[in-house]
Amino acid sequence: MSEFDFQGERETWGDLGRKALRNRSFFIGALITGSVLFMALLSFFWTPFDVTALDIPNKLHWPDAVNWLGTDHFGRDVFSMLMVGARNSIAVAIVAVSIGMAIGVPLGAAAAASRSWGSDVIMRTNDFIFAFPSLLLAVLFTAIFGPSAINAMIAIGIFNIPVFARLAHGGSLALWQREFILSAQTSGKSRVRITVEHIMPNLLNILIVQGTIQFSLGILIEAGLSYLGLGTQPPDPSWGKMLSEAQTMMYFASYLAIFPGIAIVFAVLGLNLLGDGLRDIFDPKLRRGR
Amino acid sequence: MITFIFFLRRIAFSSVTLFVASIVIFAIIQILPGDPAQLILGMNAQADTLAALREQMGLNAPFYSRYFEWVLGIMVGDFGTSYTYSVPVSELILERLWISLPLAVMALSLSTLIAIPAGVIAASRHNKWPDVSIMGFTQLGIAIPNFWFAMLLVLVFAIKLQWMPAGGFAGWDAGIGAGILSLTLPAIALALPQASILARIMRSALLDVLAEDYMRTARAKGLTERMTLWRHGVRNAFIPVLTILGLQFSFLIAGTIIIENIFYLPGLGRLIFQAIAQRDLIVLQGLVLLLVAAVIFINLLVDAAYAMVDPRIKRAYHE
Amino acid sequence: MSLLEIKNLCLSFGDIEILRDIDLTIEAGEAVGLVGESGSGKSITSLAAMRLLPPSAKLTGEILFDGRDLLALGENDMCRLRGRDMAMIFQEPMTALNPVKSIGDQIAEGLRFHLGISRRAAEDKVLRLLDEVGLPPARFSPHRYPHELSGGQRQRVVIAIAIAMNPKLLIADEPTTALDVTTQAVILDLLRELAAEHDSALLLITHDLAVVAQMVDRIAVMKDGEIVERGKTLEFFRDMQHPYSKKLLAASKVKPKTVSEIKPSDKPLMAVKDLTRQYRLPRQNLFAPSRYLKAVNDVSFQIEAGESVGLVGESGCGKSTLARTLLALNKPTTGKIEFLGDDLFRLSRHALLEKRRNMQVVFQDPYGSFNPRHKVGRLVAEPLQLVKNISKLGRNERVAEALMHVGLKAEDADKYPHEFSGGQRQRIAIARAIITRPKLIVADEPVSALDVSIREQVLDLLNELSVEQGLAYLFISHDLHVVRAVTDRVLVMYQGQIVEHGATASVFDDPQHEYTKKLLAATPDLQATLQRLEKERV
Repeated sequence: MSEFDFQGERETWGDLGRKALRNRSFFIGALITGSVLFMALLSFFWTPFDVTALDIPNKLHWPDAVNWLGTDHFGRDVFSMLMVGARNSIAVAIVAVSIGMAIGVPLGAAAAASRSWGSDVIMRTNDFIFAFPSLLLAVLFTAIFGPSAINAMIAIGIFNIPVFARLAHGGSLALWQREFILSAQTSGKSRVRITVEHIMPNLLNILIVQGTIQFSLGILIEAGLSYLGLGTQPPDPSWGKMLSEAQTMMYFASYLAIFPGIAIVFAVLGLNLLGDGLRDIFDPKLRRGR
Repeated sequence: MITFIFFLRRIAFSSVTLFVASIVIFAIIQILPGDPAQLILGMNAQADTLAALREQMGLNAPFYSRYFEWVLGIMVGDFGTSYTYSVPVSELILERLWISLPLAVMALSLSTLIAIPAGVIAASRHNKWPDVSIMGFTQLGIAIPNFWFAMLLVLVFAIKLQWMPAGGFAGWDAGIGAGILSLTLPAIALALPQASILARIMRSALLDVLAEDYMRTARAKGLTERMTLWRHGVRNAFIPVLTILGLQFSFLIAGTIIIENIFYLPGLGRLIFQAIAQRDLIVLQGLVLLLVAAVIFINLLVDAAYAMVDPRIKRAYHE
Repeated sequence: MSLLEIKNLCLSFGDIEILRDIDLTIEAGEAVGLVGESGSGKSITSLAAMRLLPPSAKLTGEILFDGRDLLALGENDMCRLRGRDMAMIFQEPMTALNPVKSIGDQIAEGLRFHLGISRRAAEDKVLRLLDEVGLPPARFSPHRYPHELSGGQRQRVVIAIAIAMNPKLLIADEPTTALDVTTQAVILDLLRELAAEHDSALLLITHDLAVVAQMVDRIAVMKDGEIVERGKTLEFFRDMQHPYSKKLLAASKVKPKTVSEIKPSDKPLMAVKDLTRQYRLPRQNLFAPSRYLKAVNDVSFQIEAGESVGLVGESGCGKSTLARTLLALNKPTTGKIEFLGDDLFRLSRHALLEKRRNMQVVFQDPYGSFNPRHKVGRLVAEPLQLVKNISKLGRNERVAEALMHVGLKAEDADKYPHEFSGGQRQRIAIARAIITRPKLIVADEPVSALDVSIREQVLDLLNELSVEQGLAYLFISHDLHVVRAVTDRVLVMYQGQIVEHGATASVFDDPQHEYTKKLLAATPDLQATLQRLEKERV
């Protein structure tokens, strides 16, 4: 698999930096992702309006100079809600990716290093979870354990585990065949030490790339769960929840259905571009992308 | 002979997967929450109502006997009785399958019909404007959540232009044309993100194949660029695409839960959602198992198609 | 009128000039060799003649084929020419065929295109072609797929595709480089016969002077995108002018090692006794008993201190498995390996580390044997953890010393491996192997990935180190010339077993086992070829 073709070349951080500046996907992706992150962070200190304060007389205002993106049926400022919503989406996605990486990568790497019956068990279980429609089971999970942002994080995180385990396993297996690993073995290094010193640093690139992709998927799934009322709970604003509320008001307040969607597309697009860019930068052989 | 054994093994593996899945689903729904009766009735339920429900659901029996009763029932088509509707779950499912199945078929065909040509065009015009613009569209298509896209479709085609119904389903009795019309927007909404992913995969698979040595051999025989592309390129690139088609089916299933809700289509997805909202665990567990079975079955079909397209697969499986 | 006439051909990709003023003519029915090392532009020249280069390639000059200028020809006309009048055979038989089409379909494809005939009508011709390339249809049905054939058999299919239309010109680009020597010999014979039978001219592209001498009438030598010397085969070798040609020739000649007199002792450095390593093969069906492949089958031999032992065999004979087992990276199924008096597989982890200090390795691939993220200093120092009580300063000294031993500079420790050429990287690999001052180095095809001109330098280095440091080698190679140049004794391995062993000179001069004889006969020998040509001339 070309995905696991590791290059014999190593570039310095300076080289990578120069390539990053020249890479359009990376540049635009980083810009978009950066601005979404900035908005989310800013919302901790300042939003144009207080998102928890209801202002019924001011409800359903179309966008104007005061409420840039209008107000919802409770008179809350849509722009402010989007800022706080970004915070939720990002938090859920980050935690979900972290769960997936923290559990999946060691499992996959260990399975590749040991190659015993234990690794078979790990990888078969993985394939099994992987075969399930992830949103379906996330829906199931949050339905049983109660709808909340925390449960959404855990549910999405669980389905990130096999993604990272597979990646780490495939990547490690390819590396274990390489002669420099055999040389390290003849230097008397243990499998654990080889994994830490030689395997992990060489997996870093593909893990970062996959991380950004799973991050964007996490945002999409969180939006879906919140839309169904199974993710972030009111009064915390979230993009998915805003869309489901807007649906009943589409005939007279279509702007409510537009902006949260644009926010989701913006965030996901930014992350995907960033991921594509990083892949190009790390490994020119995969330039074509998927 | 080898082919036959290959499929026997696949079927055996699928059966085991399904078996394990049934245990997992049963455990998640019936055991993890503690008391299913409590979950159905809520925290404020009367003690005697709880006891009655426990009796009705057979919760007093040990969990393994409950599990086997459930599984054995399903084998003869008995999925139990819905708590909220008081009708057999199998009846509910059968009725709604006639909406979800056509919807899934429409969406999958639509997505394939768009994606394959788009991927081929992009790869054969690599880095030229058709490629760049198709890649741009797919980038956007992947980023758009399907439920938002559905809302936009409703906004434009149902509310502004009023070409199509905004939702609901009159039933097939009202005429096939009307039925298809009400499934069109949902199918488009489901197909768009899938088509974007599929087109990208088709493109990158084809680009990989185009770089293969045997493409040069074909050109050296005298075949034109176009003949080489179709006879050797597209056909070989289809092999990785098949796998993704199988995976897409499971995304589609997940997608229907949301899309059917937006369009108020009384399909399986909406049934799941209602079952969750009403805590109808019996419907829920039967439905989830059914969907998982469908995913496993589709993957089996994909494997079969795979073995037919790629002669190496039988051997690879043995090596 | 010549069949192919390339005049002033220049080629560039963007600003990079690949070919400069190439002039080359091939007469009808003639065989011409284009010789050069990797990157010399020889393959690109042939692809330019077939007009199979990507559109970004800028070509100037003239390529006349049968009097028509190919560079002025439209793509449709070119398609009618390719495969019919000029055909090509590629280097990699493993990837040159489409894996999902049957070999019959792939052979028929060109026939159907050029003749406009049906699949049925092409069938007879396909069967004849298969027979002609030595794949009798009784055993090799046209319905078989490439993965069911060996490398040599696949190359025969590629040849069948090429000769299908009786082309006037057959271009063979390193057609046997990826094959074992014994297969190479039969494929070369086949190629020569078929070219004669079909009256095709042959353009043979290769890096191997010994191969080209026995195949062609005229030779052209390429270096850095230019033809530096050309001539009729015999005259070319008799009277070489260009220093690069001379260098190539010198590098391809064997200088047998001056044999050191080492007698077998009762205390050998390494003693391998009845070693077997088997793998379980996948089962034929669910109920079939497990079958095993003995990759290494009952192998016994000894290596004395300071001795250089060669291990020769073709791909798949088990030599790499044997090497990995000797290095205690694999466990043997049965048998034992005694190193410095102890059985390697009965040692504690700690005691094994002490043995590892005395036993290091050099691999084939100068690109794959280093972690690309580490600097040379760290890479070379890696085995030093086997040496106890060594200070940071001592480490650096040992690294500098090892680098200087292999002809590099102490400062090179601060560079990354990708800053070095292939030959230099192999020096770094050797530096890493000698840094613990081991008694034995297992060298697994250490020069196979290198160009001939660099190969010699690395072999000289290995010989010097052996004398200086009293090193013993187990030198694994498929290349008999290389083995002859560095070993005292040689083991010949075939299908997991050692079929012959003895002093290198006596095995080479007077082989006993059938397989060894076959192997030696198949190895192209430049001197013998030239003598034959001289005789034919008289």
